[in-house]
Amino acid sequence: MQDGVKKFMYVNRRAPYGTVYALEGLEVILIGAAFDQYVSVAFIDDGVFQLKTGQDTGDSDMKNFSPTYRALGDYDVTKLYVEEESLQERGLTRDDLLDLTYEDEDDDYKEKSSIHIVSRAEMAELLEQQDVILNF
Amino acid sequence: MLHTVNKSPFEKSSLDTCLRLAKPGSDILLIEDGVYAAAVGTAVEQKIREAVSDHTFYALGPDLKARGIEEARLIDGVKVVGYGEFVDLAAGNERVQAWL
Repeated sequence: MQDGVKKFMYVNRRAPYGTVYALEGLEVILIGAAFDQYVSVAFIDDGVFQLKTGQDTGDSDMKNFSPTYRALGDYDVTKLYVEEESLQERGLTRDDLLDLTYEDEDDDYKEKSSIHIVSRAEMAELLEQQDVILNF
Repeated sequence: MLHTVNKSPFEKSSLDTCLRLAKPGSDILLIEDGVYAAAVGTAVEQKIREAVSDHTFYALGPDLKARGIEEARLIDGVKVVGYGEFVDLAAGNERVQAWL
């Protein structure tokens, strides 16, 4: 890795609307993307609800920020790790998650999925590999 | 009595305490992150299923919709209500116990 570049992981563990953590976390990720670091995002526990399809705040007067996750790929935030056990406990599968992709400019310019479903053991390993972990 | 639960059942014990202390016949309304308890296939589904015979369960529609929980995924016996019915439930019960 280049000098001065650190591995940053943003850990999201909160559901999207009950508290402001999820929205604040997303904003920090987007701001942090300007600093050209090696960035990944983890979705654990209720954090997996942030990626649920079909969110519609039309009746509840809140900002639906779920479409903003689609912008992450354009900001080179292309490694989104979702813990499989967290999905299972919440009755969710990969099909319930937003289809988040990025254009692979380093390889074949194809649209590729940013979402990686990982096991609890793999998530533990990913956490160990980071230089900086920011929690929301 | 009307009991409301506004916390995720996966993160806080509010739902457990509510189910433990709500008397049979009382109404339980799931709101905000509490509505996550109303979906099928979760680790807490059985708790709701065991309680639906003793209580009338409601979930606030706009909060379900905001979180992308389709009505087809709700546990049988959970009724979807709007803000107006929330007010009716609050006004129609002697007390409201909010499990925060």
